[in-house]
Amino acid sequence: MNQYHSIQKWLHAVTGLWILGLFALGIWMRSLGYYDSWYQTGPQVHKALGVLLIAAMLLRLIAKVQFDAPAPLSNHKPWEVSIAKWTHWLIYGLVAIILLSGYLIGTADNRGIDVFGWFEVSPLFEPFDRQEDIAGAIHEYAAYGLISLVILHAMGAIKHGIIDKDSTLKRMF
Amino acid sequence: MKRLLTIVAAAALTLSTQVFAAEKYNFDIRGMHAFIEFKIQHLGYSWLKGRFNDFDGSFTFDEKNPEKSAVEVSIKTASVDSNHAERDKHLRSADFLNVSKYPTATFKSTKVVNKGDGKADIEGQFTLNGVTKSITIAAEQVGAGSDPWGGFRRGFTGSTTIALKDYNINFNLGPASETVEILLNIEGVRQ
Repeated sequence: MNQYHSIQKWLHAVTGLWILGLFALGIWMRSLGYYDSWYQTGPQVHKALGVLLIAAMLLRLIAKVQFDAPAPLSNHKPWEVSIAKWTHWLIYGLVAIILLSGYLIGTADNRGIDVFGWFEVSPLFEPFDRQEDIAGAIHEYAAYGLISLVILHAMGAIKHGIIDKDSTLKRMF
Repeated sequence: MKRLLTIVAAAALTLSTQVFAAEKYNFDIRGMHAFIEFKIQHLGYSWLKGRFNDFDGSFTFDEKNPEKSAVEVSIKTASVDSNHAERDKHLRSADFLNVSKYPTATFKSTKVVNKGDGKADIEGQFTLNGVTKSITIAAEQVGAGSDPWGGFRRGFTGSTTIALKDYNINFNLGPASETVEILLNIEGVRQ
């Protein structure tokens, strides 16, 4: 079967847009002035969506383990296959780092993260001094790194769709 | 012999009062009996208070001639603490204290105007966010005397108000929050 499972397709599309949305919201909310109406709401929504993304990414990982990925197309060169694999795993890794560092920013000073008033995520540990600064820097750099990789990932997919005209893209959508 | 001792003791005493006419004190950082706090209006509706946790300083005090006294303070701006990590992160950023570029704020007195009754106006140069300006701290001695552990201590309280704009801090917090009051409560241990 040369297709991803439909659950994987859905998770890929939803979490992909979710992450792009969080990236855009993250940049935009930091540009707001003190008297902008979203000055408080922006970070609240960003944090809540980030916490919920942890659950969505766990579902993705379960799906990845549960369903076999389709084998690389035979026309793909070994270096293409290898770069694609590395990019996939780096994307997963960076998302994990961003989620963890975001959690550490939000829970610094022993504060919980409120998720739309439904529940609160407790602070579990304080790994280092000035946690919010260090985690903040990691969060920012990892986010830019992630988006760069996502662009590479999308360019690869588009290249296969438009130039090679093979079925790479169709397997995921 | 007894007479000689008395003379030596008297001479030593005279000498010491002459040499140590201005007593030198270090801020009690070890026991942390010193506090540098600030307060600023929030939207004009309430006061926000915070403090700096990491600083050091010293002063000389001349009882007979208070105008010869002097004080120096050095504050690590990254130690700002308003009891809210994300706000502190913002305060350390370039919007406010810019601590990676300007890690230290300093005050060095240039003139002490004795106002009597233990009060004085301490004029000096205050450097914050890379900008140096003259400020005046209205100070008052709280008390002085021996401590129970063999030392001698002297404590002051003082405050000054600065405009954030003067120090190139231009983040708009609203019209009620353009100035910040800095509060110093300092206990010095005589050296």
